[in-house]
Amino acid sequence: MSRRSDVLPGFRLGLGYTLAYLSLLVLIPLGGLLLAGASMTADQFWTIATDPRALASYRVTFGASLAAAAINALFGFIVAWVLVRYAFPGKRLIDSLVDLPFALPTAVAGITLATLYSSNGWIGQFLEPLGIKIAFTPLGIVVALTFISLPFVVRTVQPVIEDIETEAEEAAASLGASRWQTFVRIIFPAVFPALLTGFTLAFARAIGEFGSVIFIAGNMPMISEITPLLIISKLDQYDTPGATVLAVVMLVISFLLLLAINALQWWSVHRYQGEPGELGPPRPVAATTGAAA
Amino acid sequence: MTTRRAATEPRPVRIALIAVALAFLFLFLGVPLAAVFVEAFRGGLAAYSGALAESETLHAIGLTLLIAALVLPFNVAFGVAAAWAIGKFDFRGKSLLVTLIDLPFAVSPVVAGLLFVLLFGAQGYFGAWLKAHDVKIIFAVPGMIIATLFITFPFVARELIPLLQAQGRDEEEAAISLGASGWQMFARVTLPNIKWGLLYGVILANARAMGEFGAVSVVSGHIRGETNTLPLHVEILYNEYNQVGAFACASVLALLALITLAAKSVIEWRMRRETLTLAAALPPEKTT
Repeated sequence: MSRRSDVLPGFRLGLGYTLAYLSLLVLIPLGGLLLAGASMTADQFWTIATDPRALASYRVTFGASLAAAAINALFGFIVAWVLVRYAFPGKRLIDSLVDLPFALPTAVAGITLATLYSSNGWIGQFLEPLGIKIAFTPLGIVVALTFISLPFVVRTVQPVIEDIETEAEEAAASLGASRWQTFVRIIFPAVFPALLTGFTLAFARAIGEFGSVIFIAGNMPMISEITPLLIISKLDQYDTPGATVLAVVMLVISFLLLLAINALQWWSVHRYQGEPGELGPPRPVAATTGAAA
Repeated sequence: MTTRRAATEPRPVRIALIAVALAFLFLFLGVPLAAVFVEAFRGGLAAYSGALAESETLHAIGLTLLIAALVLPFNVAFGVAAAWAIGKFDFRGKSLLVTLIDLPFAVSPVVAGLLFVLLFGAQGYFGAWLKAHDVKIIFAVPGMIIATLFITFPFVARELIPLLQAQGRDEEEAAISLGASGWQMFARVTLPNIKWGLLYGVILANARAMGEFGAVSVVSGHIRGETNTLPLHVEILYNEYNQVGAFACASVLALLALITLAAKSVIEWRMRRETLTLAAALPPEKTT
């Protein structure tokens, strides 16, 4: 697509509307937050941002998010692999069920998981005698975050596995490689960038999550209080500056993760020649028609 | 087919992997989904329908529908406009613009709510002005609408941009050179080409709009019968130990989620089929 003297109408209208709407709804409000953060002295900002309760909330939030993203990286890879490579009954239904956490409101997930994992819940009652408490502990946060970020790894890894040329695996096998060697040398390296992208997406989603966590977390300051909840409790006490500082911290981390995700996606697309593994539903045409890849 | 066998795992490994995957999905998706409905009907059908017929619940359902109905048209218009400009034209800063459109996905819902408290709240930038003119945005429905607009902002644009990009400009240029007006071209050529992608984006945005909790919670003020959406009502009932009421409302939202998933699968299937038909009609060469 080169810049042509325009045959098609609507460029100015479309871009103008886009920029105006984007500015009003997203850029100006985000600018307002950064401005509110910048209007404090560095000392004030630092004191609030590194207050022990804030530090504890970062530990809980990032620790639980990392754990959830790691669980999803492992099991998400297995789920994606099984969905692409093996045949079993109910596969299509299960495939569409994977997106449930995207569609189910987080509050519903929160009360359901809290009920299931409480000491007399369906799952909690079996863990209680083993001395494992999940609801109202940091482990509960990990469970909730695992649920809400479950689709990310599956959905980023799935198209990449679909695109792996089985010829390479067959060649490896015919040259005497064991299946495990083929996996380590051929399959895993091809999937790795997508796996890392999915991991980061899941992590980014998990650190901002609120609705599903508060019901199961117990929300004890210093132990099981996540940063988004601390922001809300500061707001409820009319401590707007305190809430602003923590929000700026979270926003900066989110931006950095967004940059990392963009870089990872670029890497996973450009690392191997061939069709990019798209996130969306439209599958690459060339991959399905067998055009040269 | 001997080489084919060499490129897969031994049967026990396959069975073990399928078992692990299914166990994981069963534990994390199947059990919670079943639990919502079991808990909702724990008190029997009468208790269930009684809980849903409460006036506050009905009000919450109404407000949830109202917010979604007001939010979606704006984000559809934005999504189409953005996708048209980005998908069909080249300009400087395009990839930056695409990244900026994705921003709301990266922002925590709680932070999103806070953004509008800082703008329109009592101590916010426009707080004094709004108070002087007796306009209430925060702790009122307008604030909830704005927060939902923000949260669902990227959905439609995100689906349409790659679609319009992939379709190129030829069909539209042909329509224009044959004398179609801009709107005729859009209605007769572009819209039929993007209708499934558009619907897909709308369905995802709708599910998020109706289910949003964090952002709306920050700006709503939780006034029962006034600024309570269904997800917020679920929280109130649950915190009052009204288990049946909370899960009755939750089951309505879970049903919405299931409908969303079903619609999504149907659309994905149709889009895939159209891509295949299109691919079959085209010569097998790539134009990149």
